[in-house]
Amino acid sequence: MPGAKNGNGRVEVRKTYKLFINGEFVRSESGRAYRFDGNINIPRGSRKDLRDAVRAARGAVSGWSARTAMNRGQILYRAAEMLDGRRAQFVELLGSARAAHKEVDDAVEALVWYAGWTDKLAQVIGATNPVSGPYFNFTIPEPTGVVGIIAPEEPALVGLVRRMAPALCGGNALVVLAPEQTPLPALTLAEVLATSDLPAGVVNVLSGFRKELLPWLASHMDVNAVDVAGCTPDEVTEIEKAAADNVKRVVKHAAGEMSPYLITAFMEMKTVWHPVGV
Amino acid sequence: MAIAKRAPTDLAKQTFEYAPAPEAIDHVKIEPRYGLFIGGKMVAPHSKKHFPTINPATEQKLSDVVEADEVDVDHAVKAADKAFEGWSRLTPSRRARYIFRLSRIIQERARELAVVETMDGGKPIKESRDVDIPLAAAHFFYYAGWADKLEWAFANRKPRPLGVAGQVIPWNFPLLMLAWKIAPALAAGNTVVLKPAETTPLSALLFADICMQAELPPGVVNIVTGGGKTGSLVVTHPAVKKVAFTGSTEVGKLIARSLAGTGKRLTLELGGKAANIVFDDAPLDAAVEGIVNGIYFNQGHVCCAGSRLLVQESIAEPLLEKLKLRLGTLRLGDPLDKNTDIGAINSKAQLEKIEELVESGVEEGAQIYQPECKLPERGFWFPPTLFTNVSQSYRIAREEIFGPVLSVLTFRTPAEAVEKANNTPYGLSAGVWTDKGSRILWMAERMRAGVVWANTFNRFDPTSPFGGYKESGFGREGGRHGLMPYLELV
Repeated sequence: MPGAKNGNGRVEVRKTYKLFINGEFVRSESGRAYRFDGNINIPRGSRKDLRDAVRAARGAVSGWSARTAMNRGQILYRAAEMLDGRRAQFVELLGSARAAHKEVDDAVEALVWYAGWTDKLAQVIGATNPVSGPYFNFTIPEPTGVVGIIAPEEPALVGLVRRMAPALCGGNALVVLAPEQTPLPALTLAEVLATSDLPAGVVNVLSGFRKELLPWLASHMDVNAVDVAGCTPDEVTEIEKAAADNVKRVVKHAAGEMSPYLITAFMEMKTVWHPVGV
Repeated sequence: MAIAKRAPTDLAKQTFEYAPAPEAIDHVKIEPRYGLFIGGKMVAPHSKKHFPTINPATEQKLSDVVEADEVDVDHAVKAADKAFEGWSRLTPSRRARYIFRLSRIIQERARELAVVETMDGGKPIKESRDVDIPLAAAHFFYYAGWADKLEWAFANRKPRPLGVAGQVIPWNFPLLMLAWKIAPALAAGNTVVLKPAETTPLSALLFADICMQAELPPGVVNIVTGGGKTGSLVVTHPAVKKVAFTGSTEVGKLIARSLAGTGKRLTLELGGKAANIVFDDAPLDAAVEGIVNGIYFNQGHVCCAGSRLLVQESIAEPLLEKLKLRLGTLRLGDPLDKNTDIGAINSKAQLEKIEELVESGVEEGAQIYQPECKLPERGFWFPPTLFTNVSQSYRIAREEIFGPVLSVLTFRTPAEAVEKANNTPYGLSAGVWTDKGSRILWMAERMRAGVVWANTFNRFDPTSPFGGYKESGFGREGGRHGLMPYLELV
């Protein structure tokens, strides 16, 4: 595994894996870590880290959603470029097999595909409504706000990218819980996003124990939606109960889905009645 | 003008004599006792419990209705489940024709429905006659046309109906909410078990008669009456695949919790605390009418009511003067009188809730204004009320009152208006009053609310999607978007 190799007498400079909060790579405020793959320490995010991540995401929503659709598309496309550029690193993280190449391909493809949706979504999903009265009435999709994403354990890279990309496409800011058993691709993806011109706080990535973080994410009053593609049925039940506290949207689309309907699952429809007259 | 020279308080005291103009009720027949509408006919219930539904304007009993129990709800759901196969496989154009029929019969029996709505719920006849019933008919007409066009509604997806929809509706717009629930459900090929509100079951029971008159296949629509317990039985029944609820945020959260892990589809249309924002360039007289319509329409029993007036500081004084003047001319009284502006509060419980919140406003330090207004001796009444000197932290500025009570706050800059308007866990609607089109759209972009009205308020249309952000719920009703909650897209 990466970080553990020690070839040709060279003493490798190992990477410290960190959380990604508000555009910065930080250790867990709790100072805790859990051991992964023998000798890699993964930060064990805490409730306070989660709080910081939600706060960062909340702060980033208005700026990110106010970007032009084209600009958001360009940034998502840039993320695809950065990911493709680090292909070798991700393939190694994922196990260096043909399947790993395919998974990186699929993840890049997901980013490119959703990059192209940012400036088409309102045309396909929105509407002008022929109301009986002197009003120009239209309906447009808007981001729901802060979205919690519980990444599936497998596939560790594309599983996550296929959930993040649609939520980002719609202009939301994210708090991502990295897979507990396979955290490295998610934590490394943060490095890709950090170099993609994505404003700080738009994506925050936490590693740690799911059991510890999930209840706080599900019940947090400043989180607007949770994607539960990576959850067990029992976890979904618990999340749905806690989500009711602030009427969170619980997004349950199938794990591998790629569709504009998944983008709108993280969005609200706004209808405006504009007067017509001289 | 001489009128402008008189103190507004004097003007407010003026009485305008109108002769009584009561709507005829002799053409309306209300049964002394109703059963349940299950499997295409009115049936005797298993439940032995009945409860009275009263006219809130007179406190007189109109009829006795059933408090449906577990067995009754199970019968209704089974009838709907049995009807689902036939209804969902019916040639779509035929399904459309039945729904068109429902719309037409509502139009034909419009006055009867309006009178029953007003007697059972307390709303002014001019509102039930000119708003509730025509919109209900229009809603059925709109969705009837979708029934054979579903393949065109959602790009690259095949629409499939879900099964039995369990629907629970509120007492503020009984027939209209029934239409919002049943019309898209039927158009999409689902069957329905609907529970009307405890205090306003009669128009739904009249609608049962309309279903029979339309010869709607048995079991496609089933109506069970009762209170919260019955509603909970409907939404938690294992054969119900889709739940739609309109009502309070509190109950909406309970329902969401009770459905956790069941895989049932859910849409919620919950409470609100909408800001109605008036800029200094707004036409003041029009804005005053809009404010009145925003909060005093239907006694303020409106989830999207403009209950927080945000007025730009520079025009606060003249606007409030005009508004107080206008409040003095609102006619409160017999809901069946065609001149009545403000009818009866829907129930004693609701009246007590309004009184409690208004009291809290006075205690917290807000300044109350009520025009001189004689309340009838019997029935449940509350005069149009406005509060000035309101702080954002007061309960009257935070909690949904669901009554004719307006909280007035001021702002200086557009940014401040945005911040105050969005400073609420709700997000159902907002209003903006200004002469500037660009400002309307700038504000509309920033309102965290599902519906934004500009230079108007409380306007509805079957083609126009309606629903909330944040704790005002999720899912949309109306328009193409209103079909989505009733379809599986494969």
